[in-house]
Amino acid sequence: MMEQRVHDRGGWPDAGLIDRAEHTYAMWEKRTDAIRGLLGAKHIIRTDDLRRAIESIEPVKYERLSYYERWLVAVEALLVEKGFLTHEEVDRKMEEWQTCER
Amino acid sequence: MDHTDHDHAHDRHAPIEDREELTYYERRTWAIQALLVEKGVITADEVRQQIEAVDARTPADGAKVVARAWVDPAFKSRLLHDAKAAVTELGFDSGESPILVAVENTPKVHNVVVCTLCSCYPRALLGLPPDWYKSLSYRSRAVVDPRGVLQEFGLELEPDVEVRVYDSSADMRYLVVPARPPGTAHMSEAELASLVTRDSMIGVTKPRAPEQLTDLKAAAPA
Amino acid sequence: MAAKFQPGDRVRIRVGSPPGHFRTPAYVQGKTGVVEVLHGAFPNPESLAHGGDGLPKQFLYLVRFDQTSVWPHYLTTLQDKLLIDIYEHWLEPA
Repeated sequence: MMEQRVHDRGGWPDAGLIDRAEHTYAMWEKRTDAIRGLLGAKHIIRTDDLRRAIESIEPVKYERLSYYERWLVAVEALLVEKGFLTHEEVDRKMEEWQTCER
Repeated sequence: MDHTDHDHAHDRHAPIEDREELTYYERRTWAIQALLVEKGVITADEVRQQIEAVDARTPADGAKVVARAWVDPAFKSRLLHDAKAAVTELGFDSGESPILVAVENTPKVHNVVVCTLCSCYPRALLGLPPDWYKSLSYRSRAVVDPRGVLQEFGLELEPDVEVRVYDSSADMRYLVVPARPPGTAHMSEAELASLVTRDSMIGVTKPRAPEQLTDLKAAAPA
Repeated sequence: MAAKFQPGDRVRIRVGSPPGHFRTPAYVQGKTGVVEVLHGAFPNPESLAHGGDGLPKQFLYLVRFDQTSVWPHYLTTLQDKLLIDIYEHWLEPA
């Protein structure tokens, strides 16, 4: 029997009813989409890279994260892999931004 | 330090979101954008323009293509043969890659599209996909139980209709051309386009019936 | 290099689980279908996803399956089909 990876969902058992509620995209989701699009246009991240990085997300996390959360995790992992930034830089930037309020 | 070069993750001219409410992922997105801008990889203007470009693409674009196919059999034939070329006649650019492919619904054939491996979708003509299209349950069940999925969307098909599920696994993006509803011979192309819903171009529903259009108009505020 | 298959050919999808990225879902592996369309040659995603140049390009086919041959419990009175784009190196003659 072959291993079926977490992203390979065709025929996945116990899939349940489809939740048809639609949410308005949050600004950060549009921003994530835009950043990914720009990085693609600049030939920094290919569609195939993004898919590979999303597929590499640990299975429990893959199923728990929302769609754009998976994208952001994958984009960050690829930017680190390709030497554009480090996770620590992102952590520091987040902290810096928070301590800089008003 | 001079405040003007204390460059936050945000563009100072953009509306400021209530930062106390932002989640981890929202803040991380800001941080990544800020770093990429600082490092000269992208600019805040490019991000804004990209967001606007994505927002500008809506299912209304696909609906225009379908309406034209309904009124012009020669256009429909070109669309089914080479969708990428045909949509340029209407001013749409579906891009070099991925490649747009149109598949036609008839009384005997009903097409529905999914991407079981991720979320491939004809964004060039429909804009961003709905949440349910990207959901794990749709990705799982559309291939193994398409009629059950269609029933959830309110569509029952006769057993003698052939349901064809397209799993967009590679470089093609499939757009369903729904069948023209009966009782629409009197309608203009623009009116026809208003019958064509996003979901009918994914294949989980049929287009609106003309009566529903009247209902929508009646329900609209004066 | 010519395409190995043409529309109308019966093909079987290979079974495999390579370590890297690939675009052949488990549910069609080992199944037999018919080539519906030959799309042409495209860069190989298994190479592109890992920093490769995508060469050699692979011919890409739309393969059509009877749903009843893909899923053990699919209602046999139905004529429903499953269509999916598969790269040539995942196909063998059936």
